[in-house]
Amino acid sequence: MRSQAALSIRSAYTVGSFSLDAQLDVGVETVALIGPNGSGKSTLLLATLGIRTPTQGRITLGNHVVFDSEAEIDCPTEERRMAYLPQDFGLFPFLTAVGNIEFAIACAGTGIGRRQRQERAMAYLEQFGIVRLAGRHPHQLSGGERQRVALARAIASEPRALLLDEPTASLDVGARAEVRALLRESLEHLQIPTLIVTHDEGDITALARRVAVMEAGRIVGCASAEEAARHPANAFADRLLNGVRPDPSVAVR
Amino acid sequence: MRPTHRRQTMAFRLGMAFLAALLGTLLVLPFVALLLDGGPLSILRGFECALTLPALRLSMETTAIAVVVVVLGGTPLAWWLARSKWRSARWLETLLQLPVVIPPAVGGIALLLAFGRRGLFGGWLERTGFSPSFSTVAVVMAQIFVSAPFYLQAAVLAFGRLNQDLLAVGRSLGASPPRLFFRLVLPLAKPALIGGAAMSWARALGEFGATLMFAGNMTGKTQTLPLAIYTALEIDIRTAQALSLLLVAFAFVLLLALRRINQQPTRSERTVTAP
Repeated sequence: MRSQAALSIRSAYTVGSFSLDAQLDVGVETVALIGPNGSGKSTLLLATLGIRTPTQGRITLGNHVVFDSEAEIDCPTEERRMAYLPQDFGLFPFLTAVGNIEFAIACAGTGIGRRQRQERAMAYLEQFGIVRLAGRHPHQLSGGERQRVALARAIASEPRALLLDEPTASLDVGARAEVRALLRESLEHLQIPTLIVTHDEGDITALARRVAVMEAGRIVGCASAEEAARHPANAFADRLLNGVRPDPSVAVR
Repeated sequence: MRPTHRRQTMAFRLGMAFLAALLGTLLVLPFVALLLDGGPLSILRGFECALTLPALRLSMETTAIAVVVVVLGGTPLAWWLARSKWRSARWLETLLQLPVVIPPAVGGIALLLAFGRRGLFGGWLERTGFSPSFSTVAVVMAQIFVSAPFYLQAAVLAFGRLNQDLLAVGRSLGASPPRLFFRLVLPLAKPALIGGAAMSWARALGEFGATLMFAGNMTGKTQTLPLAIYTALEIDIRTAQALSLLLVAFAFVLLLALRRINQQPTRSERTVTAP
């Protein structure tokens, strides 16, 4: 499963009474990360990204060691080239759609002229079918449109891995299917390790090849989507993957 | 409704209205008097006093410099204070807020003891050929001293409240620390920073006590508008009134502008339209 471009995460992290100790390998594929709230999914994502610093561990992306506690390697987030999409899309409110994408292009390559940057940004918008939204600000966009812009921006930063936090959770049902289709197409085209934190079975079916199940800071199971449903790693996975009536104490949006 | 309830409600409303009206009157009447007393002609004639123009000019110049210094130095200082996890940073934050609550006269004495000719650092300053006390530089220093906390407080608050997810996204897109600061942090905090700078400017414009102590009251050199009002009071009350109205007008315009800034959603300066 581990190829040249794989993302390999060994991450241990303790804050107060919460402790995370997770191992996960993501090849050139999409892995869904599921688990109840507070099981450490977002922390694992942020540790991989370099926003949180694990106390122990080793994170590699392809041939690059981005974090190694023993060798004291801690590559800053901005040099890891992992694009992060938070649940509320993370668009910069003071920039237009095209301005948001220009931001990513300016980060990816210095010394690009303004004209050229704008042209490239427009090309990304075209690719995602949202040229008409170029001049709009995030607050003038619908949820689905925002996610399109956010995805275009993430891809414009030329990432080597993609980390998505509940990509369809803030969307209404109609936009959800639409964004899922777009994500599916984009991920197939991108061919980079992708980790999706989700509470939505629809995301898993449409996007993920494998499912990793988290519980209390640990990965308790990682298998193909069918296998994970047939032999669920815990009660949460059973409920989510086999569509049993959701437990109201567990937030499944 | 029961009669007792009705009576209680009436009494409650009357009591509240009376107390509110009492304070409201006390706050509003002085402005009414400032605007109307003596009539517009004699107030206008008050502007003709020789103190007016030099004081107005000096106030505009010194406060402009003070605000620029406060923003240039205060922005990085606030950024550090907002992000630092050291306990010393919390102490420093409290210390830097002191000028807001101490009487300005105390600030003046402190400045004099520090940078005056015989002050702690005054001798050292003098050897470098620079003695700020009782000069226009002292006016600016006093204004910076009393007004910086207003900007710092606004900026620390704004930086502390930044959406951490947006910063994480910015970094994940590859923004280096300077790019992140100038292209993301500053635009996100801009409305709050402008508000802080405006409050800071208003405080600098009204600065009186520390200026009087540390810079003196010399027409054209250290006599700002508030000091000119103080001097004019002994010559002609209408001049003092006219200058006061000028300061009220500045403050009023400032408050209106701030309200507009706070009402506006954050927008970019430029909008790119699709071809």
